[in-house]
Amino acid sequence: MPEPPSSASRRGPAAVPEPGDFVQAGELSIEPDGRTPPRRARLQIGLSGAVLLVFYLTAVFAPWVALYPPGEQHRHSPNAPPTLVHPNSPTRWMSEGLLFVYPRRMTDTLRRRYEEDRSHRIGLRFGARGHLLAPERASDEVFLLGTDALGRDLFSRLVYGSRVSLSIGIVGVVISLALGTIVGVIAGYVGGRTDNLLMRLCEILMALPSFYFLLALAAVIPPGLSPAATFMLIVVLMSFIRWAGFARVIRGMVSGIRELEYVQAARALGVPDLTTMFRHVMPATLSYTVVAATLAIPGFILGESALSLLGLGIQEPSTSWGSLLADAQNLKNLDKYPWILAPGVCIAITTMAFNFLGDRLRDRLDPRSVPRP
Amino acid sequence: MTVPGSVASAPGSERILEVRDLVVEFETERGVTRALDGVSLPLLRGQTLGLVGESGCGKSVTALAVLRLLGESARVVRGEIRFDGLSLLPLGEREMRALRGKRIAMIFQEPMTSLNPVFTVGDQIAEALRLHERMGKREAWARAVEMLRLVEIPEPERRASSYPHELSGGMRQRVMIAMAISCGPDLLIADEPTTALDVTIQAQILDLLRGLRSRLGMSMILITHDLGIVAAEADEVAIMYAGRVVERSPTRSLFDDPAHPYSAGLLASIPRLDLRTEQLASIPGVVPDPAHLPSGCRFRDRCANAQPRCAAEDPRLVEFAPGRLVACFFPVSERARVAAGNGAAE
Repeated sequence: MPEPPSSASRRGPAAVPEPGDFVQAGELSIEPDGRTPPRRARLQIGLSGAVLLVFYLTAVFAPWVALYPPGEQHRHSPNAPPTLVHPNSPTRWMSEGLLFVYPRRMTDTLRRRYEEDRSHRIGLRFGARGHLLAPERASDEVFLLGTDALGRDLFSRLVYGSRVSLSIGIVGVVISLALGTIVGVIAGYVGGRTDNLLMRLCEILMALPSFYFLLALAAVIPPGLSPAATFMLIVVLMSFIRWAGFARVIRGMVSGIRELEYVQAARALGVPDLTTMFRHVMPATLSYTVVAATLAIPGFILGESALSLLGLGIQEPSTSWGSLLADAQNLKNLDKYPWILAPGVCIAITTMAFNFLGDRLRDRLDPRSVPRP
Repeated sequence: MTVPGSVASAPGSERILEVRDLVVEFETERGVTRALDGVSLPLLRGQTLGLVGESGCGKSVTALAVLRLLGESARVVRGEIRFDGLSLLPLGEREMRALRGKRIAMIFQEPMTSLNPVFTVGDQIAEALRLHERMGKREAWARAVEMLRLVEIPEPERRASSYPHELSGGMRQRVMIAMAISCGPDLLIADEPTTALDVTIQAQILDLLRGLRSRLGMSMILITHDLGIVAAEADEVAIMYAGRVVERSPTRSLFDDPAHPYSAGLLASIPRLDLRTEQLASIPGVVPDPAHLPSGCRFRDRCANAQPRCAAEDPRLVEFAPGRLVACFFPVSERARVAAGNGAAE
């Protein structure tokens, strides 16, 4: 007996959701458009956001987080390994603090061997001596990530160095995107000869082997400049090389947006060209700009690191993650004191966090994407 | 009934717009293409001119040419556009900009895309007012709300703060109309204003336009491919084909007695409920490629009664009855045939 066509059989296999079907977020492991599933995307956004928030807060409150000024040398403990932090038993929480470390003493000056003195405990308290986490007495030394050959606390230097490394990305992106947007919007909107000229200029800039170009430019930075001036010069140099890529993409978008009816409508209303460009055309490129900015920040961080690593960026005694990493260039050092790789780990984490964030933002802001709650 | 003092601007007394022998060419990759070839259109003050034709025949190009918004690839080879006695083509960009939106306004086809998605509709209407009327922010906003009320949008105060995506297609087209009429233009160009809307909304929008037109004393160019709309709205119709006007006539007489075979074909292809036929009438063939136009009459490849003369000579637009012009040697209308016969005998 033929089965009456029920709604289920008419739909065929239940696996294919019909357009009207409501699919619970996170129910599908792979979305039809090949994007990251919402649950994992949310996790990535949350994690990346949290990591970046912690990093940037650390950079802002560097003197509070770092135990020592970045240049302070502890001559009697060079190349000390990271101090192990132990949790205190709850009975000591009130008297000594939540965490403690054992004091250390160098036993072999030649091999830089250290030994813990298990008979004492140094309690770490939150907010002690105006720091996030510090021992009660200033004479008790705690090197969370060890020290370098001059006995400088790597953790403190990392924290201070993050100010340069984390802000260079933002400042650089702001400068290069502003330039790229202005040039791109003008080229795309005006078109014709202006467009041709500006785009060829961009291509020339893009055709230059950028890192060598940057090296050459950085090499002429006068060595006597103040750290802040050096920093600004490096940012400006890097932005100057990178705006061309943005300009080309934005120009492409604008030459499409220009033909949209609302731009035509604005012109038909007698809106002046400059107003049309920046009031009606430019906002439509913003979703790209936000994504591009997020994805471009790591490039600046890496660029600065590379320059500093080669000794052309931030100079001693100021630090950045790249200049800190320069120590790790020596394989013997790296073998004996692997903790000096910490700045590299920080660079990697920041880069990944920005990339994840950028990718997910792109999914969300893509004008062709399905709006989701 | 005449109102004293309104003689000068009485409907039909003067030409608000006159397009004369307009030739527009586009620079394309395949060479120069002539989009308009000697288009002449008069529009009397207070009247509506229907501009009808298939896609690509030059309707929209004509409209954009009047606003001088053709883009860089286009070139006006010759011709003249006079608006209220002012010749538009030699005007500087600044003067032209002062006219756009203020005295000549345009409504576009796609209400979905002709509003900027990032601004509220109130902002967008206010923009024109602040620009042309030098109004302050607050004043322009109040006027924008007033405009929304005028185009019969319910709760205009609240709607003014809406973004375009929050409105339906019909609402958006009303907003577009509000934008266009906000500065009280003399001439409104409506480029397929209802094509993207469904039929019930179409009727509402057309009603609204008609009402506003008579209230504000605007003249209108109504671009459409829908002869039904033309029949209801236009005082005069110009039928365009491949960049030329092939027939120009008062609406009534065009529908009663089309002269050009193309017009007749268009009229015949309107489905009729009173005649039971199996098939809809259609015009055979396709619109010629503007880069490879046939010699002589451009319609001859598709014309049922094409003669050798149609290939040899270019038919010119001639007046065969008062106010009626046709560009055809062998018109389908009896009156036009007699007139053309007379013309040939000369």
